[in-house]
Parts: sequence; structure tokens; C-alpha cells
Amino acid sequence: MAIFLTEKSKVIVQGMTGSEGQKHTTRMLASGTAVVGGVNPRKAGTSVDFATADGSVSVPVFGSVKDAVAETGADVSVIFVPPAHTKGAVVEAVDAGVPLVVIITEGVPVADTAEFFSYAQSKGVRLIGPNCPGLISPGKSNVGIIPADIAAAGKIGLVSKSGTLTYQMMYELRDFGFSTAIGIGGDPIIGTTHIDALEAFEADPETAAIVMIGEIGGDAEERAAAFIKDNVTKPVVGYVAGFTAPEGKTMGHAGAIVSGSSGTAQAKKEALEAAGVKVGKTPSETAALMREILSA
Amino acid sequence: MDLFEYQARDIFEKHGVPVLGGIVATTPDEARAAAEQLGGGTVVVKAQVKTGGRGKAGGVKLAHNPDEAAEKAGQILGMDIKGHTVHRVMIAAGAKIAEEFYFSLLLDRAERRYLAMASVEGGMDIEQLAVERPEALARVAVDPQVGIDDAKAREIAQTAGFPAEITDAVADVFVKLWGVYKGEDATLVEVNPLVRTEDGQIVALDGKVTLDENAEFRHAEHGGLEDAAAADPLEARAKEKGLNYVKLDGAVGIIGNGAGLVMSTLDVVAYAGEEHGGVKPANFLDIGGGASAEVMANGLEIILSDPQVKSVFVNVFGGITACDAVANGIVQALEMLGDKETKPLVVRLDGNSVVEGRAILEAAAHPLVTLADTMDGAAAKAAELANA
Repeated sequence: MAIFLTEKSKVIVQGMTGSEGQKHTTRMLASGTAVVGGVNPRKAGTSVDFATADGSVSVPVFGSVKDAVAETGADVSVIFVPPAHTKGAVVEAVDAGVPLVVIITEGVPVADTAEFFSYAQSKGVRLIGPNCPGLISPGKSNVGIIPADIAAAGKIGLVSKSGTLTYQMMYELRDFGFSTAIGIGGDPIIGTTHIDALEAFEADPETAAIVMIGEIGGDAEERAAAFIKDNVTKPVVGYVAGFTAPEGKTMGHAGAIVSGSSGTAQAKKEALEAAGVKVGKTPSETAALMREILSA
Repeated sequence: MDLFEYQARDIFEKHGVPVLGGIVATTPDEARAAAEQLGGGTVVVKAQVKTGGRGKAGGVKLAHNPDEAAEKAGQILGMDIKGHTVHRVMIAAGAKIAEEFYFSLLLDRAERRYLAMASVEGGMDIEQLAVERPEALARVAVDPQVGIDDAKAREIAQTAGFPAEITDAVADVFVKLWGVYKGEDATLVEVNPLVRTEDGQIVALDGKVTLDENAEFRHAEHGGLEDAAAADPLEARAKEKGLNYVKLDGAVGIIGNGAGLVMSTLDVVAYAGEEHGGVKPANFLDIGGGASAEVMANGLEIILSDPQVKSVFVNVFGGITACDAVANGIVQALEMLGDKETKPLVVRLDGNSVVEGRAILEAAAHPLVTLADTMDGAAAKAAELANA
């Protein structure tokens, strides 16, 4: 079953005709994703050919998300447009009634995210990202930029703020495999939180255990810890990055900053442990903790 | 990006927020001239540093005339306040304060909207007030799609318990501060204190503004607000090359791809360092997704030029980034630097094109490069080499 994304998901790509969009559409198609259309008002009516293992596939370009949804029945949109156009792209997808919008774009002004999140929430649309790698339900569908060949399908659910730590953890646990791995993004405001993913994994019969990866900044991990304590019965192991990060410096992700005494990795680790989550000191130790649980 | 008080003052003025006259000075002579320009009367000489507690540290002094302003500026300039050297003072017009209040508007990451906070007990440390007397600090949610309109401004003023006779004036200031927040793409606007003067004016006496660097593409003028003098020279060079670099004070240089993996790499190196004389990471450097050989070479060049660096750990898990491009970047950078480079590199590659990447490094067989199989093993090796 996986979460948010299944073999039935029909995906359109906003920004498919750009260089990033083309590159990743090729990879999504190669990993079995049903990409049913792209959107570009200046290229409506054309199509783009993508190379696949068994030849090539032609994906139609629509003038608007509304047209794409009407023609294809798409229920997921993935956004690869530049930061200045991201808000417009999200609002267009929400207005077209797409229930799941995945925003890969990095560098979106936080005021734009705050506005389009508020709008999407009022219309009941789930956003993932921005500044995220997307999500993969191995063997079923892959939306975004997560490499499909790291790990196969399995019983672990993974939720992470970071893209490369998602890859690292999938690689460490590739012999067990994943129901869904989701990168929720490192911005201060994100559409889908650790809690949203934990709730979905708890409800997913194909997920047996959960890895949760956090990092410095904000208090999302502390809130997730409180949620786990009250609502999650499946085993959860955790990892937090940024113990050595100095106060007041943004560490790559716009949201990754320790302000005064708040947002530290230590506080997050303690909160998770208090909720019964085993927390690894390193990615490999975290993987070993999960390995113990699944081998028991 | 955090702004200096004088920059916040100027931005407030631009958006119609009532402020007092204020002129920045970098020398006692400039301070004298500024005090004269403000009318020659009593002024306040205020250290411009991006940290709190400057009053207690002696960085804020009253001056009764321009000569005294020059003298006080001379005392304050060059002071060290919590590790920040004072390079500028602001000469601010004096005010007769009747009451002090507090206002701030910030991101509420948990609720994914904005939060306005206000109190009629201003002037003090607001974090202390929030802990000791949380009921004295009003917290009002602000919908990002609506912002602070007149109705919301009145709600904030009333929730905080502002006196009825000044609600109109205070609400007007709140609406203008929203103009600052929205108009400048701020992530924090704080006024502490917001004051009522003896003649009944509402004035923002001290302001703190943080701007969203992601929004710089629509604010060309914000580039000029950066404090080039305070930036670490290596950080400045990295920024010029478009690299995401933070200088730390250890001996193991770090390069990786993706913010999370790089943060994790710093931690793993610090743990490994506990076994090797306490060596620590020297920096954070994220070459980002899909980095080319050139980006990798630029990053390596910056790290190797840090005199504190004794060894380097390159940790890449190729998602979009291809390990062969990373390997080519390492080889190019080492060729460019030639024999004068003596610092050892430990390289761990996994993921996209890892076989090709490792083959390139093996073929180059550079005497300074060690290939490692795992992140933990590489961290231990890099720490050992830094402690040699």
C-alpha cells in the first residue's frame, strides 16, 4: 500500500520541459512512475520523448495543470520550476484539484511557502516540500529526485528532512527495503511534517517499522516525539544531524539553525528518547538499531 | 540575514513606522557631526552589533552635546561585545519615554503561519518575560494570506492590554510593521522597546529585522545591507563562488553533498576525533545536488587554503550528484595545486556512478588521496591524519 504514493498514482510534471524537469522525468519514468503529462503554456499541444529501457515514451505537454488533469486524471503533481515561479505553480495545481503536490524547488522565499501552504490547506491539498527530494514507494512509483536503485520494496517507512541522509539510510538498510521513503525538506515551513508521515506509516499495513531523521532548527522533532508517544505503536528509530553545529549559523538548509538554546540536536535526541525512540549517534548506528528490531 | 539596528531603523522609516533620527558613525568625528546634524542636543550613542545585552556591556551611552558624543563614540568603537567587535555606532536622537512596550512578528514553524507577540511590559528581556510571566505576553496568530490588517492590529493591541486611548496609534504602527515584514520579505521584525513618549507619540526605539535570503532575487537593494567587514574571509570567498560554506575551528576539512549529510559528517568526525586527540571538523561545506567537477574543485581549493585544516574528508552519496564528476573535481584540484599541496584527503563515495568515480581516483593514484569504504571508517581515518 505504501503512503501517499502507490502504483496507481498518475503524475504530471510542472517544469517538465526545463533541464532539471527533463532529467528527472527521464529517471522517474525509468523507475516505473506513471508520468502522464507535463505543463508549459508555451508548448501546449506538443510532446516530449523520453528514453526508457524498452525504447522511448512520448509524454504530452499541456497548457495548464487544469487541462492536464482533465485529459489524464492525474492525481499527483511534481514541481521543478524556479523559486520565483513556485508559488504560482503550486496555486495552479491546487486550483486544478490535484490532491498531492510535491515541490522539489530549493530557495523558495518562506513568505511564498507560508502563503501557498495556507491556501493548499484551505482546499484540502497535501503539499510535500519545498526544498525536498520527493518520495519513493519502491517498485510502485517514484516522484522527485530520489535514486530508484538504492533499495527495493520492503517494510521500513522512512521520513527525513534531508535528501542525502535519506539516500544514505536507504543504502544502509537496502537488504530490508522500504514501503515508502519520503524527504519532507529542510525549509522552515514545509507542507508535510514528520508527524504527518508518522501518522500515515502507523496506518499503513505494509510498514512494520519507521526510521525518522531530523536535524537542528525549530522543534518539529520534539513535536514528533510527543506524537509518537501517544499515537505510534510501531517501532521507531531516530537520527538527528547537527550536534556540532554552532549557534546562529544556517547549515545549508534554510531551516537548519540553532537559535540561542532552541533547536539543538541534543534537545531533539532527548525528546525522542523520552518518547521511547532509540536514537543512533551516526547513520550506521541508527541502521544497526533498525536491523536489530527487524531481525528480532 | 540579520540587520544592524541602524539598518532596521532606516527600513522602518521607509515603511512609515515612526522612528527617531539616527545616523551611523564609524569615527568619533563622524559621531560629533551626526550629533550636530540631529540638533546639537542630547543624543544616545549606541554600539551597532548583532547581539543582545549591549546596554549591560556598556555599549549604549548618553551624550549631552556633540563633543560628548564624540568622546562616548571613542569609548564604544572597538569594544568587544560577546565576541562582536564594534565597528559602528548609531547616534540616535533622545526621547522622553513615558512607557515601554514590546512587539514582534515572526514565523511560527510549528503552525506554519506567522505569530505576532506583544506586551505592555517592554524594554526587558523578552525570553525571560515569556518564561516568568507568560500571561504578560500576548500571542496572536497571523494568517499569511491576510497579514496584519486594521482588525488584526486592534486584536493584537487589545489582547496585549494596550491602553484604550493609544489603541488607534499602536494599531497603525502594527499595520506598518506588517508592511516591513511583507514588503521586505522579513522572517523576523521585532521592536523592543516600542515606546510612548511624554508627548504621546508612539515610536519604535530599537528594532531587529531578519531578512529571508531566499527572497533576495526580488530585493536587489538587500545585497548592500550585508556586513562584508564581519564576514570570515574564507566564507566570503566561498560565497563568491556560490558555495555553501561555514567556517568552524577544527582541523578536519569537510566536503559533502546535501546539507543533512554534511551536518551528519561533522558529527561523525567529531565522534571519531574523540579517539584521536580531540580533533574537530574545520568547516561545513555542501557542494549541493548535481555538483560538477568544477564545483568540487572550487570547494576543495577553499578548504585546502584554510591554514587550520590538517586533513580533508570528502563524503559524497551520489543521488543527482555523480561520483565520477566528484572524482574528476578532486583530480583537477590536486593537479592545479601541484606539489605544494601536502594535506591528505580521505574520500568516501557511494551511490550514482560510484564504480566510475572510484576507478578515476584509483587510476590517478595520487599519493595524498585515501579511498575509504564507509562513512565511519573515513571519518576515523581523517581524524587520525589530522592528529598525526
